[in-house]
Amino acid sequence: MTTPTTTEISVPARTDHPATDRPATPGALRMSAARTGIEVKTFFREKDAVVFVFAFPVIMLAIFATVFGGDDGEAFQVGGVSVPFPQYFLPGMLAAGIMLSSFQSLAISISIERDDGTLKRLRGTPMPPISYFLGKIGLVLATSLAQIALLLAVAALAFDVDLPSEPSRWVTFGWIFALGTAAGTVLGIAFSSVPRSGRSAPAVVTPVVLVLQFISGVFFAFNDLPTWMQRVAEIFPLKWMAQGMRSVFLPPELEAGEVSGSWQHGATVLVLTAWLLVGLVLCLRTFRWSRRDAG
Amino acid sequence: MTTTTAVRGEVAVRMRGLTKRYGDKAAVDGIDLDVRRGEVLALLGPNGAGKTTTVEMLEGYRRRDGGEVSVLGQDPGCPDRGWRSRIGIVLQSNADNAELTVSELVRHFAGFYPAPRDPDEVISWVGLEAQRRTRTRALSGGQRRRLDVALGVIGDPELLFLDEPTTGFDPEARRQFWDLITALRADGTTILLTTHYLEEAEQLADRVGVISAGRLVAVEAPAALGGRADRAATVVWTDSDGRHEVVTAMPTGVVTELAARFAPGEVPGLQVLRPTLEDVYLSLINRTASTTQTDDGDPR
Repeated sequence: MTTPTTTEISVPARTDHPATDRPATPGALRMSAARTGIEVKTFFREKDAVVFVFAFPVIMLAIFATVFGGDDGEAFQVGGVSVPFPQYFLPGMLAAGIMLSSFQSLAISISIERDDGTLKRLRGTPMPPISYFLGKIGLVLATSLAQIALLLAVAALAFDVDLPSEPSRWVTFGWIFALGTAAGTVLGIAFSSVPRSGRSAPAVVTPVVLVLQFISGVFFAFNDLPTWMQRVAEIFPLKWMAQGMRSVFLPPELEAGEVSGSWQHGATVLVLTAWLLVGLVLCLRTFRWSRRDAG
Repeated sequence: MTTTTAVRGEVAVRMRGLTKRYGDKAAVDGIDLDVRRGEVLALLGPNGAGKTTTVEMLEGYRRRDGGEVSVLGQDPGCPDRGWRSRIGIVLQSNADNAELTVSELVRHFAGFYPAPRDPDEVISWVGLEAQRRTRTRALSGGQRRRLDVALGVIGDPELLFLDEPTTGFDPEARRQFWDLITALRADGTTILLTTHYLEEAEQLADRVGVISAGRLVAVEAPAALGGRADRAATVVWTDSDGRHEVVTAMPTGVVTELAARFAPGEVPGLQVLRPTLEDVYLSLINRTASTTQTDDGDPR
């Protein structure tokens, strides 16, 4: 035990110990937990983030379900199978939510933190860099899980969507969530280097996400899109996440209605893993702790 | 050299030929300088002189292109966590972490260090007790800067870097800020600060290093800078013929003579002027600036 000394007149007390006997620096895990706490606190204090990242898919679900669903039980017809509109929109909103909470949230926030000096300040402390990234991962997990819980609750309680009961469907949900958030997280960290300043970050990131949502079958049925647009969307992760979520929340009869005639689970794993690896490499090669102009 | 170094026999920061180039322009051009343990050294120079680049190489933020550097016995080019826990950094002003409160931020940063100071005591020491629960976005410029100092000293550093700590302050806020630095110095913290305010360097520093165009053009105690103490004084007075100026090494003699001439009255408009730190500083800066211009072969 070290004892605090009170010999200083005007400067706050320090714990006194010989230079050779300095206590070890605190553990990286404890710091990562502290970073997660700070990240979550900051996230929910920024109204922009709460509205455009956290609440957006829930609001969209409510709007779509109300506009197209109505109270007369109108339903979406695919090959003789009818699915209530709220149920049809739910998978797309879950996939979009994962992308917003991981990719959009991190790409914008890290870009701003690089510009405003948060990153530089942290880099000047003994905090290990990994704690910063684990804090971001903690933020993504906390916000996306809360968002999914909210989406499912709104869908089930306000729009009477029947949630699947088979465990195998929730296993599918689990791996799509895990791979989707992982890929979105590393890609968001990598993409944070693209905007030239923190101020331009929302303007650079949001359209990318918006366009992907439109071409990936989040707002419109994927089958209704022109073929070339489907081909473009197949390059990016969101199309696969949305299709995967449809395989969880829609009746199995709808599988035949997919463009390929299949839920394509194998291809989904491959595409999301590939993006995860690409994102990791980009992060390792391009991540900067200070602004571009700072030599 | 001095008693301090003889007794303590230690330098906190040692630079030899420190160099940083951007393209073919040398932003820092071969600086040799030691900062002794326990001293406050101010790097003084105009904007763009290379002060921040120099300090950021010492802080481990930027890689040097040449020279040898040791900061607390380690090469800042390969910083590790143990070394980082022994230094404190106050960067040029930023507006980061806007949504967190003073108390949250100071506590959070305390958690990064092996033996931090007490967060509450540090907060009241920098005078932010009333702002403890204020989000940092709502702080004034001066309060924000004091928070920066709180975060800089929370880890109880042996060496503190302060980059232009009072830029944009009003005189009152600057004076309050100086008290903090003076207290840290009294506590034994070695401080390396950059500033472009002469008054600040004169007030706080044991020694001042003047940087111009990436070169160190002088290092002295503020009172001795540029041979200031030995420079000739100017005696000025005004009579019916107008204003008179006599430049002399012995102003007392001139004043005695004048006193006799105007006795029993006052010497009208009598002033004895010594070169101010500003005069010395400007002459040092101008000398290098003109040398640099000749080197570049600029048309006259």
